[in-house]
Amino acid sequence: MLSGVFSFLLIATAITFFLPHKNPEKNYSELIARIKSWWIMIGTVSVCIFIGKTALIVFFAFVSFLALKEFLSLIATRRRTDRQLMFWAYMSIPLQYYWVSIEWYGLFIIFIPVYMFLFIPFRMVTLGETEGFLKAVGTLHWGLMMTVFSLSHIAYLLALPEAVNPAGNIALMLFLLVLTQFNDVAQYLWGKLLGDKKIIPKVSPNKTTAGLIGGVITITVLAALLGTWLTPLSLLESIGAGLIISLGGFFGDVTLSAVKRDIGIKDTGNLLPGHGGILDRVDSLTFSAPLFFHYLYFLHY
Amino acid sequence: MLLKKLLFALLVKPLAFVIIGLHIRNRERLPKKGPAIIVANHNSHLDTLVLMSLFKLKLLPKVRPVAASDYFLNKGIYSWMACNLIDIIPLDRKLRGSIDEQFKPIYQALDNDEIIIIFPEGSRGKAERLSHFKKGIAVLAKQYPKVPITPVFLHGLGMCLPKGEGMFVPFICDVIVGEDMFLQGETKSFVAALEQEVQELAKDITSTPWV
Repeated sequence: MLSGVFSFLLIATAITFFLPHKNPEKNYSELIARIKSWWIMIGTVSVCIFIGKTALIVFFAFVSFLALKEFLSLIATRRRTDRQLMFWAYMSIPLQYYWVSIEWYGLFIIFIPVYMFLFIPFRMVTLGETEGFLKAVGTLHWGLMMTVFSLSHIAYLLALPEAVNPAGNIALMLFLLVLTQFNDVAQYLWGKLLGDKKIIPKVSPNKTTAGLIGGVITITVLAALLGTWLTPLSLLESIGAGLIISLGGFFGDVTLSAVKRDIGIKDTGNLLPGHGGILDRVDSLTFSAPLFFHYLYFLHY
Repeated sequence: MLLKKLLFALLVKPLAFVIIGLHIRNRERLPKKGPAIIVANHNSHLDTLVLMSLFKLKLLPKVRPVAASDYFLNKGIYSWMACNLIDIIPLDRKLRGSIDEQFKPIYQALDNDEIIIIFPEGSRGKAERLSHFKKGIAVLAKQYPKVPITPVFLHGLGMCLPKGEGMFVPFICDVIVGEDMFLQGETKSFVAALEQEVQELAKDITSTPWV
């Protein structure tokens, strides 16, 4: 699986060497930066896989931290009292991933939706702040759900009972990550190739119907090919997983676009050259990770 | 100075670049050797640490912030850190006498080809608000007309660690480096021009302003 990813990346890198020779007048620096960032991201994940499960959990906790930080740096509700709340929001990250590491599913699944949901307004009340109460509390909790709760589902794939899946839990995680990320790439490529009709121009001007359909078909075929090998899913269930991941990924992507539009920015940051910020990279996963996880969990665990 | 390098390599640089996450614009405009003067707005103790982290470790022993000796040098552990870890250029704000006498440690640093960091607001002030620059910077510019003055605007650090609070909360912060300036015309108008320049740089920030 990983070698497949690396070969694909090698081909893409080779193309970026070749393209500027063919069309010297076009500027490919963004594409090159993008592929370079891919190397770094995939390299980091590979190293963590090599070190082991704990390294992967720490890695995803760190991704959550970067994503939450980007989110908190973008939103406008930032007053003195919000600092207090944001501090506790950050503190929820080590806890949430600690529940993953000790495989405590019950607390993992309710900690942010229940306890943080109650704790944030509690802290706000004890600080005595009422102005903009709903906006601050709502925005903060939404950010936590997206960047910490949703993304931690990727890590929880590693904490599932090992016996159910002969290919191992890392294979489950790779199945989700590769399909979600490749879905972004496939939708982009199909859109460039065939797309002209905009699907939701109000939210995201670059998304085309052809891109979406092409992406969904590509990912569903890929899921059918890989699913029975990497996951406990049957062929039919794998096709379902492909649909869930590609459609989920699409809606995760456009949801973040809507948020960016609301705030009035294009990229969430400049952490990953060519991609924007980390939120731009994990936006699809915020939807596809919990959707795929619970689909799999319901069917086989 | 080994302690200073270690502190920055192991603690301050990871804090600045990973935990806070700096968004740096025009980094190439920073001076590559001394003597040079960095001028920035001041909101947080983090300002000094972040500005110093922008320089390579090799250069770090030559990068020194001007800091109020009446504030930093009268509390045991702070005093030790200010002298040994940060290596401040002490400026006694309460010293009565000629300004040349007061600025003597700064003159020495510039004569020694050092890159000095100055906050002309004189104090951290209110979080994320720019107060008026004091005129001391123009005195320096007049004394050293060939030394480049690089204005820098820092945004967000006053929210990460505001004055009077001990709780650190990370946000992505902006660092915008302006072009070198030299004394032109009157000292008074130079201070105003410098302040204007820092305000111009502030317009470059993409993130939403603090509420």
